[in-house]
Amino acid sequence: MTKVTTADEFVLQVRGLGVRYQTSQGTVHAVSDVSFEVRKNEVFGIAGESGCGKSTLIRALLRLLPDNADSAAELALYRDQDLYGLSDADFRQNILWQEISLVPQSAMNSLNPVYRVGDQVVEAIRTHRRVSKAEARGRVAELFDVVGLQADLMQSFPHEFSGGMRQRAMIAMSLALDPGLIIMDEPTTGLDVLVQERILRRIREIRSEISSSIILITHDIAVIAEMSDRIAIMYGGQFMEQANAIDLFENPYHPYTLGLKNAFPSIRELGSELISIPGSPPTLVGPVTNCPFQPRCPFHLDRCASENPLPINFGEDHQVRCFRSEDANQLRHLAAEKSTWRSLN
Amino acid sequence: MLASTASRWLHTARLGIGEHYRIIQSNPLSRIGFRLIVVFLVIAAFAPWIAPHDPWEMVYDKDGQFASLRPPSWEFPLGTTHLGYDLFSQLVLAARTTLVIGAVSGIISILIGANIGLIAGYYGGKVDEVLMRLTDILYGMPFLPFIIVLIALFGRKLEFVILAIVLIIWRTSARVIRAQTISIKQRQFILAAKARGASDLRIIYRHILPNVLPLLLLYAAFNIAWSIITEASASFLGFGDGETISWGGMLYELWLSGKTRVAWWWFAAPSICIVLLVTSLVFVSRAYEEVANPRLRKR
Amino acid sequence: MALIELNQLTRHFEIRPGLVDRTVRGKPSRLIKAVESLNIAVGENEILGIAGESGCGKSTTCMMIAGLLPPTRGQIIYRGSDLATADAAVRKEHRRNVQMIFQDPYESLNPRFRVADIVAEGPRALRLWDQKEIGDRVESMLAGVGLNPGKYTERFPHELSGGERQRVGIASALVMQPVMIIADEPLSMLDVSIRAGILDLFRELQDQRGFSSVYVSHDLAILGNVADRLMVMYLGQAMEVGPVEQVIRSPKHPYTRALIGAVAVPDPRVKRPVPKISGDISRPIDPPPGCRFAPRCPYADDSCHDTFLELDTSDPTRHQAACHRLHVLPDEGL
Repeated sequence: MTKVTTADEFVLQVRGLGVRYQTSQGTVHAVSDVSFEVRKNEVFGIAGESGCGKSTLIRALLRLLPDNADSAAELALYRDQDLYGLSDADFRQNILWQEISLVPQSAMNSLNPVYRVGDQVVEAIRTHRRVSKAEARGRVAELFDVVGLQADLMQSFPHEFSGGMRQRAMIAMSLALDPGLIIMDEPTTGLDVLVQERILRRIREIRSEISSSIILITHDIAVIAEMSDRIAIMYGGQFMEQANAIDLFENPYHPYTLGLKNAFPSIRELGSELISIPGSPPTLVGPVTNCPFQPRCPFHLDRCASENPLPINFGEDHQVRCFRSEDANQLRHLAAEKSTWRSLN
Repeated sequence: MLASTASRWLHTARLGIGEHYRIIQSNPLSRIGFRLIVVFLVIAAFAPWIAPHDPWEMVYDKDGQFASLRPPSWEFPLGTTHLGYDLFSQLVLAARTTLVIGAVSGIISILIGANIGLIAGYYGGKVDEVLMRLTDILYGMPFLPFIIVLIALFGRKLEFVILAIVLIIWRTSARVIRAQTISIKQRQFILAAKARGASDLRIIYRHILPNVLPLLLLYAAFNIAWSIITEASASFLGFGDGETISWGGMLYELWLSGKTRVAWWWFAAPSICIVLLVTSLVFVSRAYEEVANPRLRKR
Repeated sequence: MALIELNQLTRHFEIRPGLVDRTVRGKPSRLIKAVESLNIAVGENEILGIAGESGCGKSTTCMMIAGLLPPTRGQIIYRGSDLATADAAVRKEHRRNVQMIFQDPYESLNPRFRVADIVAEGPRALRLWDQKEIGDRVESMLAGVGLNPGKYTERFPHELSGGERQRVGIASALVMQPVMIIADEPLSMLDVSIRAGILDLFRELQDQRGFSSVYVSHDLAILGNVADRLMVMYLGQAMEVGPVEQVIRSPKHPYTRALIGAVAVPDPRVKRPVPKISGDISRPIDPPPGCRFAPRCPYADDSCHDTFLELDTSDPTRHQAACHRLHVLPDEGL
């Protein structure tokens, strides 16, 4: 890295993280060699399609992996604590919710239907902090206000909430213990446009009020563009490209990033032609010996099939895993042509 | 048109057999159960050739002695009754009756239950109301008084024993198939079939039926097992067919003879067969239960 | 003549309270007014987009046009004849000619059918051709949606990817040679990189075969890409209709403005304005007369709460909004 950064600029530092699943088909390398940092008070977006490993990655960080999975990392530091060095009990007691909290993908299933929503947040606070019920309630009222729910809704049951309200309640819960890092897994997927807009706006407002960092995970390129300071594009269990948001959208290097950009419609550019990426994602069974995107990449070289490229730095804050990143200018032009992608089959 | 439909069904059925074989082989218990059922079937099929004696033939040992109440020996492998009937021959021939009763009443009851369940579940509303009230009435009907009345009216005939069993046991399968049908009919592929123009009957039998099939086979196995147990109890209580011999009937004879405390072998053979056959059916149905209810499947 | 014309099309659902509530507490049953007095026509070769949030009635409308749900009031006019009173021949023709593509490629294919049987189901059910011809057409249709027949006919749905399943869904509708395709959110369950391919396929087939379509989606960016005309619905009422570019580039209705303003844009430099609406979307249960958006509308006055301004569809090319207050709205483009 060219810029001199001190460790306390980072909330989270991960290097060489990998997750493997043992399945009946063989060993699935769901995440391999992922490295990134989350800085203080930033939104780090991870974008990828289904099965790219983005959910596995956060489950690994939160120790929520199923029994048939194991994960390892060269380095996984939350502030100055080694996440892999902690015992499970320690992790649950001192890190989970206290320091790193999660807004899960499906808020419906994350709230217990037989308890009042407010009580569930109170409960979450009181398992970790020694405070009276009244104090906890006061805190929940505050949190409800922050996420834009009226305080009297604390008395409601989850089924009385709309999808958007439930999601806000989950965000309130994630904020409850002032964590340093909040992980949001597809926080607005499945919500209506206007509800999504409002929740995203609320997240932005919260961010300017508190000092937490956010990891935002989504498949929605538009949401990630609007919300993130820095973005990683994930495919086949790896970060194909990561950069600050504007740089990533204006100077993309990786063919997959180029493909995604062209495949995603924008309401601001009506007539523009959408170009799909032929083929389907890799199954990730067996060791990674090639670039996972190689079979779908119109620009692949011979070596892409036998060698997995390592991340290369471009500028201060832009990393790409591609052997052809030097030719990016030319590739950007070619990728905008539909025929480029068609010729693959 | 008809021929092509039939050939398509055959095609599907042939592929289906492979799948069923896989289901049965998937689990060691059901594998054992399936083999035992095959053994019972072979015994039943070749019963007259296997049995050394007529079931009601008084037998004599090689010394010319009347063989009454003999415990199992090389000569009479399962012993004899007090009237000198060979229990091995009885057991082998009774297997036939028991299996026929089990299969016939099990299959008829599942056919009735499945159709009523499918129709009630698919149409809903008034049709469902009428059919389900009918099953409720049957639920209120106790088996033994029912079969006593039936036998009193028509005599101790195999057909009426089967009829009584069928009338009593189809109700559970109807309820279960109905519940499953209701959940399947709400799935989008049923709407898709409607949108493509499929008629109600086509939807019921071509789209829904294959999806309830694992459940249906599970209940078919249950029904067969229940029929066998029910027939045994009916025969034991003296409501079986007097002309044919069944495992339950053998126990009834034992009871009548008053030798229950002495002739343990007489008691053992039919009881063990009933337990083995019913357990085998339950084991096989367990394998189907895992298909019908994937949550039971081991990861 | 329009291919399909909806005339005052209305669908209500009754929610009956439980037996105890009904008899002891005397609770009345309530009405969900899912679709209210919809007027719109779809011409030959035209793609009409319908946009709206959940509960706006777009799926109910689809079901009615496809003949899967009878309307409570109003008419569906198919090639000049009212479906409710048409004879069996017209209804059968409609059944064949108006086909649906469903949202969820994981749910809309029968898990126990092989691909060939799924695609052949429509022609077999309606006995369109003999078995041999059906078989041939199924194969060429599969090839037409980009699935190699030799490889796919014998497969089961669970052996396919999401994109492949959606192709099977499209093939099973198009093999009937329909004149209209009703597509209810056909892309929303698919991955981004695959969506564009399905969308291309859809347009390509539309070019080749010249069917019309009602394309329903909550995703305005996709609608902007695929539709010719766009109708925006809110809680069962049509709010705005017009050529798609006009509706998206210069929306008239306050709701459409809010909706389009809320769509996230894949460009980190764009800053969107805050939508000018209040409150949350409700459900159309016993709604008052008048415009159903009025309670959330910053410009509403008494007239909005009293009467609903229906769209005038006599001129299908006109861009119009069902709003009394257009004259007081600020002039704003995007």
